[in-house]
Amino acid sequence: MAQVLMKDLNKKYDEVHAVKDVNLHIRDKEFIVLVGPSGCGKTTTLRMLAGLEEITAGEIHIGDRLVNDLPPKDRDIAMVFQNYALYPHMTVYDNMAFGLKMRKFPRAEIEQRVRDAAQLLGIQELLKRKPRQLSGGQRQRVAVGRAIVRHPQVFLFDEPLSNLDAKLRVQMRVELKKLHNRLETTAVYVTHDQVEAMTLGDRVVVMKDGWIQQVGEPLELYAHPVNKFVAGFIGSPAMNFADVTINDTGGVVTAESQGLRLQVPPAKAGALRAYKGQSVAFGVRPEDVHIATGADPAGLTFDAVVEVVEPLGSEILLDVRAGSSTTTIVARVEPTVRSKVKDSIKLAVNPERLHFFDPKTEQAI
Amino acid sequence: MVIERRWKKWVYFYIPLTLFVIGTLFPFYWMFVTAIRPDAELYRSWRAATNTPFWTLQPTLDHFRDLLEKTTFPQWLWNTFFIACVSTVISLFCGLLAGYALARLKFPMAGMLGTSIFVTYLVPPTLLFIPLADIIRSFQLGNTPWALILTYPTFLIPFSTWLLMGYFKTIPKELEECARIDGATRFGAMIRIIFPIAVPGILSAGIFAFTLSWNEFIYALVFLSSPEKKTVPVGVVSELIRGDIYFWGQLMAGALLGSIPVALVYSFFVEYYVTGLTGSVKG
Repeated sequence: MAQVLMKDLNKKYDEVHAVKDVNLHIRDKEFIVLVGPSGCGKTTTLRMLAGLEEITAGEIHIGDRLVNDLPPKDRDIAMVFQNYALYPHMTVYDNMAFGLKMRKFPRAEIEQRVRDAAQLLGIQELLKRKPRQLSGGQRQRVAVGRAIVRHPQVFLFDEPLSNLDAKLRVQMRVELKKLHNRLETTAVYVTHDQVEAMTLGDRVVVMKDGWIQQVGEPLELYAHPVNKFVAGFIGSPAMNFADVTINDTGGVVTAESQGLRLQVPPAKAGALRAYKGQSVAFGVRPEDVHIATGADPAGLTFDAVVEVVEPLGSEILLDVRAGSSTTTIVARVEPTVRSKVKDSIKLAVNPERLHFFDPKTEQAI
Repeated sequence: MVIERRWKKWVYFYIPLTLFVIGTLFPFYWMFVTAIRPDAELYRSWRAATNTPFWTLQPTLDHFRDLLEKTTFPQWLWNTFFIACVSTVISLFCGLLAGYALARLKFPMAGMLGTSIFVTYLVPPTLLFIPLADIIRSFQLGNTPWALILTYPTFLIPFSTWLLMGYFKTIPKELEECARIDGATRFGAMIRIIFPIAVPGILSAGIFAFTLSWNEFIYALVFLSSPEKKTVPVGVVSELIRGDIYFWGQLMAGALLGSIPVALVYSFFVEYYVTGLTGSVKG
């Protein structure tokens, strides 16, 4: 168990600058998730931490050791790969024992640790089998087991659930979380799936183009994204965006576009006044748009036409077009709402949960 | 499911297959029949009334006995075996290391090096034996097994390097990375993880190398001169054809015995051999 510290970490391949000035302090026992679209540098960062990629510039500390020049085997880490990377010529037992054998643990202790890990993961019956005789979920468990028998300082996970089917993925996600609560080992987890990131991470690191965009607890990222990318990346269905013009008429700040005229709540009005007459990006999450009732003030409602109805059972997603605009807005409404395609409806937004982003820097206003 | 007419299956499958099998196996059958045919039958006129070219009614082992007792054939077998084994081991060792390096390590000019190794393989031995003969003479290796043991790798190493490089590339590199995180050095991961997984590839490279050196003709013909030093392919044709007299029975018996080890090697490892050429490993 140890903290991990990355200082001004950079990775350059011949022409690609894959990781740029990453600074990250991963606390002891923390489960941290690196998330971002493919090519954002998250896997490269993880591989540098593992020692599988050279560090172009910067420092990585595991515990209180600088590990830049340590080979992977001396970093006291364990890694779970996307394709599991089980040794096909060895039994499950030997796969799990390999790391301990390499470190010359006594035979009895190896046996004990492998049995314990197998029991924890419910794979006791599989110990004599070869990897090719296992299902995807079982292989995944073996790969995790191989990592935990070593009792390493840090676990590294490189998209470990991507090769599983949807149902199994959800199940393994829960198990990984339970496992972490139990083992309390620092873990760094890479994924492109924001749901995995939100559900697993104590903190989530959102990356794009090699830069860290935001680091924070899942709900903090969700409620207060620092920029438009994070706002759009976290959450499913994604946040609705529309380009709006800021107007200030007699102290009342409004955001307007075709068919949309919303009164900006006082909390945001101050900052937005500086953008008077300019266009900014406006964002609102689907669950913050609801069918208007008499209680909603007029300045927070808009008229819309239903284009698509997506009933999900627990909720209904309405894809609507606001007035004459071309922007589609998704609203997440109660399953009791009975709207049909081409219905005209009145929707309202939740004033505390509106987001505005600078048109150039895309930073939150 | 597609139901095909039966005649189609015959025309497109059974008949061509039968012709192919006959075409492939007939020379071996001919070799066998000639080897067990008594001399009286071998050297009589084709137009003789009793001529039965495709079978014999008085099979005999005389030719085998003569071959083993009156010629140095057993010595040739041993020579061939020794030379083929040693040069195969040398070539596999070099091919393993070179193939691994070309498949896995990033170093400048790696791609070009790989290609140039392959180009070396393309230089025909009929040209290469001329400079090689000079080298063999300078090192005074002529007429010793080492002349062949050291020259066969000139075509065996490029060949096995390429075959093994291709095989190593099909092994996911995560296996190795995982082993390195688990506590192995790069070399340790290669020995403990990659080589055991590559056994089918290594075996097929070995079989190929062994067969190529077993059957090799030009170098053996040029670099060896005394009868007792020769290999089977050279010995059979140079010692069993005296002047213009062909000792057909012994020739065919020698060819038959010479091809048995190769056939054995193939039949033992045929499954590995096929996966070695086609195969990859799924973790």
